[in-house]
Amino acid sequence: MQKIIKSSIALLFIFIIGVFFVSLNKNPSYDTKNLTGKEIINIKLESFENNEFFTNKDFSDNKYTLINFWASWCAPCRIEHPNLMELSKEQNIKILGINFKDRKANALKFLEDLGNPYDYLVKDVNGKQSVNFGIYGIPESILLNNKFVVIKKFIGPLNMDDLENIKRIIRVL
Amino acid sequence: MKLKNLLIIFFLFFNFNINANQSINENEIHKNLRCLVCQGQSIADSNSDFAITLKMVVSDLIKQGKSEEEIYNFLSDKYGDWILYKPKFNFGNFLLWGIPYLALLIGAIIIVFFIRKQSKKA
Repeated sequence: MQKIIKSSIALLFIFIIGVFFVSLNKNPSYDTKNLTGKEIINIKLESFENNEFFTNKDFSDNKYTLINFWASWCAPCRIEHPNLMELSKEQNIKILGINFKDRKANALKFLEDLGNPYDYLVKDVNGKQSVNFGIYGIPESILLNNKFVVIKKFIGPLNMDDLENIKRIIRVL
Repeated sequence: MKLKNLLIIFFLFFNFNINANQSINENEIHKNLRCLVCQGQSIADSNSDFAITLKMVVSDLIKQGKSEEEIYNFLSDKYGDWILYKPKFNFGNFLLWGIPYLALLIGAIIIVFFIRKQSKKA
């Protein structure tokens, strides 16, 4: 019996060390980057221009869709915008821009100044639609395939590495 | 007359309790949802943009007739289990739920062992 107790204590000690080791080597800041492979259903987004709605059906012919959450008041959105302009030249991808909690006049000015990379432009005035995409801050972008499965999530502004990564993914068909 | 009044009060109280159990407590749900952009706060304690949006979504889901569990499932599907303060029981965290019971069992075995040992000595 004493042997069992000793080995139990030893096991417990190893377990505690293991927990500390794993926890200390883990990134303490949480993000949703790893939440890929899930299908996004019930997409219903109001057009930026009028009161019509875009649903999953409207994007089903796209090989890939990049959903980009942006706003004119968001400084990092300005930083990533040239990369989106670059990506808009690609054939296999369509970009859906979701204007997040923004004023229409400011958003239009933003696009006039920096260019419009979006194939579809919709608005999320109160931010409620963003929850369906697991968004908690902007800019964020989600790469979907034609089955609306999340292939990759980008938290923060898209940089050159992200751009190359997306290009690599969409060029392999 | 007194009895009648007492009965009315009893049934009103009983009825209120039944309704309280059936309705969803929105604030309790808020308390169990982590504000992902705050430092250790639930969305009930936060006035951040994210917390306000999430509260609106929870309210909408309740109006749509979703149960508490359905709301948690929806949000953990979108943001991961991290958004829940009370984690769900699944393969990934079975140790988290199981270890306290296991520790209790091991502790009980050790206590029984020592008590037996002491009684043998005596």
